[in-house]
Amino acid sequence: MFKIIRREEMAEGTVILNEIEAPLIAKKARPGQFVILKANETGERIPLTMAETDPEKGTITIIYMVVGKSTALFRDLKVDDGYQDVIGPLGKATHLEKVGKVICVGGGTGVAVLHPITRALKEIGNDVTCIIGARTKDLLILEEQMKAASNDLRICTDDGSYGHHGFVTQVMQEVLDQGGVKLVVAIGPVPMMKAVSNITKGYDVELQVSLNPIMIDGTGMCGGCRVTVGGKTKFACVDGPEFDGHKVNFDELMLRLGSYLDDEKESHDHYCRVRGE
Amino acid sequence: MAETAAKKAKKEKIPRQAMPEQEPKVRARNFEEVPTGQSAEAAMQEAARCLQCKKPACVAGCPVEINIPAFIQQVKDGDFTAAITTIWETNALPAVCGRVCPQELQCEGVCIVGKKGDPVAIGNLERFVADYERKHREAKPPEKSEPTGKKVAVVGSGPSGLTVAGDLVLKGHEVTIFEAFHKPGGVLVYGIPEFRLPKEIVFSEVAGLEKLGAKLECNAVVGRSVTIEELFEEGYDAVFIGVGAGLPRFLNVPGENLIGVFSANEYLTRSNLMKAYLFPEYDTPVIQGKNVVTLGAGNVAMDSARTALRLGADTSRIVYRRSRDEVPARGAEVHHAEEEGVDFHFLTAPTKFFGDEKGRITGMEGLKMELGEPDASGRRRPIPIEGSEFELECDLVIIAVGANANPLLTQSTEGLKLNKWGYIVADEATGKTSKKAVWAGGDIVTGSATVILAMGAGRDAANSIHDYLTWGW
Ligand SMILES: Cc1cc2nc3c(=O)[nH]c(=O)nc-3n(C[C@H](O)[C@H](O)[C@H](O)COP(=O)(O)OP(=O)(O)OC[C@H]3O[C@@H](n4cnc5c(N)ncnc54)[C@H](O)[C@@H]3O)c2cc1C
Ligand SMILES: Cc1cc2nc3c(=O)[nH]c(=O)nc-3n(C[C@H](O)[C@H](O)[C@H](O)COP(=O)(O)OP(=O)(O)OC[C@H]3O[C@@H](n4cnc5c(N)ncnc54)[C@H](O)[C@@H]3O)c2cc1C
Ligand code: SF4
Ligand code: SF4
Ligand code: FES
Repeated sequence: MFKIIRREEMAEGTVILNEIEAPLIAKKARPGQFVILKANETGERIPLTMAETDPEKGTITIIYMVVGKSTALFRDLKVDDGYQDVIGPLGKATHLEKVGKVICVGGGTGVAVLHPITRALKEIGNDVTCIIGARTKDLLILEEQMKAASNDLRICTDDGSYGHHGFVTQVMQEVLDQGGVKLVVAIGPVPMMKAVSNITKGYDVELQVSLNPIMIDGTGMCGGCRVTVGGKTKFACVDGPEFDGHKVNFDELMLRLGSYLDDEKESHDHYCRVRGE
Repeated sequence: MAETAAKKAKKEKIPRQAMPEQEPKVRARNFEEVPTGQSAEAAMQEAARCLQCKKPACVAGCPVEINIPAFIQQVKDGDFTAAITTIWETNALPAVCGRVCPQELQCEGVCIVGKKGDPVAIGNLERFVADYERKHREAKPPEKSEPTGKKVAVVGSGPSGLTVAGDLVLKGHEVTIFEAFHKPGGVLVYGIPEFRLPKEIVFSEVAGLEKLGAKLECNAVVGRSVTIEELFEEGYDAVFIGVGAGLPRFLNVPGENLIGVFSANEYLTRSNLMKAYLFPEYDTPVIQGKNVVTLGAGNVAMDSARTALRLGADTSRIVYRRSRDEVPARGAEVHHAEEEGVDFHFLTAPTKFFGDEKGRITGMEGLKMELGEPDASGRRRPIPIEGSEFELECDLVIIAVGANANPLLTQSTEGLKLNKWGYIVADEATGKTSKKAVWAGGDIVTGSATVILAMGAGRDAANSIHDYLTWGW
């Protein structure tokens, strides 16, 4: 069992943080890599990015949004409970390079995934502007951490309750217009990444996105995580999860993420019934 | 005594004892095992059909050369415990092999009795003996040698890895198996369905190995969690790689990424390993097609098409670009699939898939084929017939046209020679690779093959590893 030693709630309890004992994974993990977790015998294998690792302490930290049955089950785990299985580190590590001016754009729990990458990019000497967004102020996560990880933090809320009123893409465009940006890293909901991609195509910048298709094994064995990048089929778990955001077929990804919508609802309802909700 | 019994058997012409099975209509809707197993009487009757050949062809036909006449004689005498001990000398997983070996191409295919009628049911007898032992636990487990102090890492817990681990632990070495999945067994667990090979059998074999002292580390993706170099740094003296073929092949036709188009690996893994057939008690879902098309005609395709029926499909079709004569699946599986209502469309190849606005598959276009000259595989090459396009309605497609070498481990290991398809180059007789103290065997060397061949490769590698640990490279 992989024990939970710290648990926090964020964004009004819709986002949960778990710090988990997993010394071997903590030792090996690099920014951008993920783990697959399974809560118990009957559980699903769920991929989550490591938001933090502490090799000395032997722990990894995951931050996830409660969206369906499995993440609801994870939410109900307490400190000293544990995950039956944690597999990783999986996926390719982020390609880190000193390029100069960088923008990191994050939305929703994508911010958690973005955090270690942002920090690493700054550590190797890039000038990192970070733009994070949420629907409303109370749903914003990791503000302090992102501030520390970047040179300049901008905040956006859809409803204007905090920071810039509007989407992260608007602020990003302003920063791009100031010139000199070499690389944009965007991680968040697929529609957000698609919007970012449409804008950055108009500039001479590279775009790196992190994709989150449905996965099973995470080792390239099933092909369930396939995405189309530059017209070619790629397996996100081994070829990614990061890809050139100007080549990704986001529409296909969005459709594929809906594969099990009906089943997931059935599963979630079943779980709520079992819990007597 | 054997002589007279054989003569008697010949005289009375005992027919091959049928294996009792669930009714096709019933079993096509449940996940319980199809053949339900024979009685001791039936097994002894069947054993009496063996002629106890002086030069038994069957033994030569078995890749691990089980002493078939000897164990069959023991079955005939009712000494099932002696029979299992005989089988164990060369085969550690008889309950598995009895069920899944392509017997018609191996032991039974060359059985002398088969020349004039039905061959002796060697597979069924092997299964009977193994099941009997699992139930009664009467046989003495093989002797374990004194500890040697040497450590061996086995990567992958499929049939090749399990064989290596079993052999080396008995020879006194310290063995740890590293498995990427959360459960051991390889294809035996994630691929082959419950109705053909109950998982309890595999887990019981693995538990036996652990009891002998082999260690099992699940959730360990070698190449990511730990590399082969690091295993050596940790003090392992030798490494065996048995990671299987594990990379699904797709067709590269338009529409292949529509929702409802699966690789067989994904479909079967969801259903078997993740128990999607027990959804929602188990959390992993799988799309339940009403009209299902499976592409390919090997064991993997049969398993997929039959799983689809059990998950509630109204129609389950196999679409295969060659003819019935080229079908590579075990005879018994094709027969079972047909009985259960799987429809076969031969000489047909898919050209594209269609979907709706939600990205879900609604149908496929196919093309009729005719057979031309033999190709590299010696089978006649299918050639498309121009203008023969037709459409098939379907809401689930399973692609079961084979597997390639999964590069995850091989790419993260330096000095490991690969062939042009990415499979590991290993010495045929010993499994030695180009890298010092590293052996390989099973599907990652041969490409998709069979359980028994993977086990045979494991046995050869274990012997070679033992020699190395005793005398050096
Ligand atoms: C490499 C990778 C890294 C990820 N990292 C994080 C992370 O750090 N934090 C985080 O909150 N989430 C992350 N995700 C997404 C996370 O895996 C899903 O949210 C989770 O699987 C949903 O499971 P569920 O059973 O709770 O919801 P489900 O009941 O399975 O689904 C609920 C909703 O989520 C959608 N969904 C299903 N599976 C996924 C998926 N794999 N990705 C996105 N949406 C999905 C469904 O379409 C449905 O609308 C990551 C995904 C991948 C592939
Ligand atoms: C659906 C299906 C049906 C089949 N039916 C039959 C049949 O009826 N009869 C027959 O004889 N053969 C059958 N086969 C073929 C047979 O199962 C295989 O040839 C055999 O299992 C190969 O054994 P193996 O030891 O090479 O590897 P596998 O059984 O493939 O096992 C490899 C194991 O290694 C693990 N692994 C992979 N990469 C790593 C890594 N990097 N680190 C750690 N672990 C790793 C995998 O998770 C897996 O558990 C079938 C195959 C399939 C897919
Ligand atoms: S292991 Fe396979 S080939 Fe050998 S005797 Fe048994 S069923 Fe036949
Ligand atoms: S070839 Fe057939 S008859 Fe002869 S020993 Fe083998 S099983 Fe018996
Ligand atoms: S999750 Fe199975 S291949 Fe990527």
